[in-house]
Amino acid sequence: MKSGKAQSAVLKTLVCSSAAATVAVLVFIVVYILFKGLPHLSPKLFSLHYSSDNVSMLPAMVNTVSIVLLSLLIAAPVGIFSAIFLVEYAGRGNRFVSVIRTTAETLAGIPSIVYGLFGYLLFVVALGWGYSLIAGAATLAIMILPVIMRTTEEALKAVPDIYREGSFGLGAGKLRTVFKIVLPSAVPGILAGVVLSVGRIVGETAALIYTAGTVAQIPSGLTESGRTMSVHMFSLWKEGFNADESYATAVMLLIIVIGLNTLSTYIARKFTKGKTDG
Amino acid sequence: MEQARETWIRRTLLALAFTALASLLLIAVFIIQEGAPFLARIGIRDFLFASDWNPQAGRFGIRPMIAASLWVTVGAMLVGGPMGIAGAIFLNEFVPVGVMRTVKPMIELLAGIPSVVYGFLGVMVVAPLIRTHLGGPGLSVLAAALILGIMILPTVISIATDAIASVPPSYREGALALGATRWQSVSMVTLRAARSGIVAGVILGMGRALGETMAVIMVAGNQAVMPTGVLKGLRTLTANIVIEMGYSADLHREALIATGVVLFVFILMINLTFSLVQRRSRI
Repeated sequence: MKSGKAQSAVLKTLVCSSAAATVAVLVFIVVYILFKGLPHLSPKLFSLHYSSDNVSMLPAMVNTVSIVLLSLLIAAPVGIFSAIFLVEYAGRGNRFVSVIRTTAETLAGIPSIVYGLFGYLLFVVALGWGYSLIAGAATLAIMILPVIMRTTEEALKAVPDIYREGSFGLGAGKLRTVFKIVLPSAVPGILAGVVLSVGRIVGETAALIYTAGTVAQIPSGLTESGRTMSVHMFSLWKEGFNADESYATAVMLLIIVIGLNTLSTYIARKFTKGKTDG
Repeated sequence: MEQARETWIRRTLLALAFTALASLLLIAVFIIQEGAPFLARIGIRDFLFASDWNPQAGRFGIRPMIAASLWVTVGAMLVGGPMGIAGAIFLNEFVPVGVMRTVKPMIELLAGIPSVVYGFLGVMVVAPLIRTHLGGPGLSVLAAALILGIMILPTVISIATDAIASVPPSYREGALALGATRWQSVSMVTLRAARSGIVAGVILGMGRALGETMAVIMVAGNQAVMPTGVLKGLRTLTANIVIEMGYSADLHREALIATGVVLFVFILMINLTFSLVQRRSRI
């Protein structure tokens, strides 16, 4: 019994110190970046033009927004409608559903550099789009497709069957039931998934370097190259001597990521609250 | 009329549901189609097992990169595995639901931080610490393992937490009723019952580490030689692709795409193992 207690004590110490270390690491990352980056977050880093004297990040911010919007424009409808088919139309336990689900899981596990290679080979070279925002967005659209599919599926499954039965009972068809009754109740869950994939896009680098390229200006069109914020930060590191500006960029990235996470948690919380109330 | 529209919509949705499958096939076909001719010419064995990477001299052996990827992945697992499992136990066994609701978003935040930010911190903070206290160039296996270990924490924690949470409370209560201390019930009953799920989490984390690119490029030093020690630098498969893709041509470019094929196969193997282990844990 005594050795049991000693063992317990050891295990307890290990578990608690590891947990403490995890929290400490997170706090350190956030505090350190804010501490080092905030003083360098000067207005000139937000000027319209990038130059080697003033490595402005505003063009990268504009490019990030463009790529986020473009990728979502492609991936959100496809992902949401795919999930609708899987949950609402294909029967439960359908073989096709399990094939698609396995496919989505596999897609989710592919490293971003493989997406980057693929996007380069297909969009940049084979289709001749060159390094461009549209090639980058198309690549990222495939990358976030499984995220949107899975979260939408879960959101749809969480809608109680009573809703569907009630709608059918009142004489509505399948189409009307799905789009007027089920989909609206699943919107918060779907939105949380979309916000999550925005986070993925903002943080992405490897899949973009050889698709959207690394040009540091605001491009005049979607068929031109432009770097996002993460790519900008990577390029600053590669060029060497811009540690302060890198910290400043890291601060902006951190603010965006924290904002997106808070938003998605808020939406998800509202969602679960609504469910228990209902 | 209504009927016709229902059919039409159904067919459109079905077609869209095929997009994921089509994308996966397209990715596999494109990568393999561009990498296969090279593998046929050089020979798979020479490509995988020759330890000499010198594209200018026409020597394309990726054994150093394969070894490097394995080193770094195992290192990340040694750092992130125990910490992640401990974190999961802590969250499940000790923390009241209220605290859980604050800690969970924090862990998600850890997952959301871009890999370039991790890489940058590795360069600015971790590598100098290693250089001054342990010697060597700083940019090293150890630095990569530490950074990657932190990066895979959220994956390990979230899957291990689910596995532990799905152990029926009756198991634990039984152990406690038999006179086990709380910690004995955790180590002897809960962890044992959740074993498969926890292993699955660690495997998925290893997949993340193997596929991670930017952070590794920034902290691992990138020398294309066989790794010889944890304080030395090395170059992973992922890093090899990104570093040389920009200026490669012809055979060299094909070799990099073939490197992508090897990485792709490794990842598929890890993901397959993950699904198998996780399926077993659900039974």
